[in-house]
Parts: sequence; C-alpha cells; structure tokens
Amino acid sequence: MRTPFGSAVLDAACRLFVPFVLIFAVYVVAHGHDSPGGGFQGGTILAAAVILIRLVHGQDAMWGLTRVGALRLACGGVAVFAGIGFLSLLFAGNYLDYGVLPLPLETVKVRVVGTLGIEVGVAMAVTGVLVLIFDALTAWGEED
Amino acid sequence: MASLSIFFQVLIVVCAVAVVFTHDLLAAVAIFGAFSFFSAIYFAILGALDVAFTEAAVGAVITTVFFVTAIFRTVRRTKR
Repeated sequence: MRTPFGSAVLDAACRLFVPFVLIFAVYVVAHGHDSPGGGFQGGTILAAAVILIRLVHGQDAMWGLTRVGALRLACGGVAVFAGIGFLSLLFAGNYLDYGVLPLPLETVKVRVVGTLGIEVGVAMAVTGVLVLIFDALTAWGEED
Repeated sequence: MASLSIFFQVLIVVCAVAVVFTHDLLAAVAIFGAFSFFSAIYFAILGALDVAFTEAAVGAVITTVFFVTAIFRTVRRTKR
C-alpha cells in the first residue's frame, strides 16, 4: 500500500498482535485433522497477518513477499498438492492415496504425514492468492 | 437453543436488508462484516464449526479488508 495509515497506537497494537496470529495460523494448519481448521483456514489467517502488517506499515514491511513472490508461493502450494498426489500415483496407489508412500512409519502415521503435506500446500496457495489480490487492489494504476 | 437460533436468524436478515438499503458504501461494508459474524455464530450454533471458522476468517476479515481497499479507489457514496 502506498499510503499506510500507521500511527504509534496502531504500530504498538499490531506488534503485540501479529506474532500470536502467526502462531495460531501454524497451529490451525498443523492441528487441522483433529480440530476445526485446516489448510484453507490457516492460510487465510496467515494472509490476514501479512495484510495487517501491510495496512499499518505499507511498503516498509513487505517481509520479502513481493507480488512475484506471492505468485510463486501460490504456484508452489499447488505444486506441493499435485506433487504429493502424483507421488502416491508413482508408488502404485490412487491419486492422493498417501498410505502407499514409502516412509519408515506405520501406515496410519504415513497417512497423517501425507495429510499434513496436503494442508501445507493448500495453506501456501491460499496465502499467496490472498496477498496477491490485496497487492493488486492497492497497487491499481501504479507502475511496477 | 431454539430462541437463540431464531435471534441470530433475525439479526442476519436485518443486516442483509440494511446492507442493500445503505447509501454510504463504507457503512455497508461494516454492516456486511457484522452479517458475516452473525452467520458465523449461527453456523457454530448449528454445529458446523468448520464452516463457522471459515466464515469468520474469510467473510469477516479478508472480504471486509478487500472491500475497504476497493472503496479507497472509488467514490464513497452511491447515486440516489
């Protein structure tokens, strides 16, 4: 955002707030198969934290996530999802049938690891797309 | 529980009608955020915690921020 509406109060509030939001997003992604939540919700909360920082600090706090970086994150998430799916296809299973992955664990735990990988891919894709939408909305009419 | 459910149903309908008939776009976005929160609480009452979580995260936070940033690029009031 070119003109952030930062002030001392907003700065202090978001410094206090954002670490907990990030930790909660990681918790929602990692604990998604036992409780409400999952990749989509965790990615949305992660994107909300990034967007909050951008609203308050503007261009000074991009966190290295430019528009191209957000696009790469989104495409990388899709690649993680599809890659795990095709990997299980490679080991003579169905698409997204993580039980056949050759990990040195029990079958149940292999399934948990596969689900976690899928959730991380979805979270990356959702975070990238939402940050990209926000950047496209706020940079309208600007030259790159 | 039934009276609580009816209470939130009425609130959701009131918010939806108020969004349509508000001429100030920023106020309409704020009321739309309230609509999202009430529907999230209503989903939680119905037992759909996953849907309620998604509604609270996407509908109430992300959509509101996107609408406000879009309003910055246009005029704030609609034509009569």
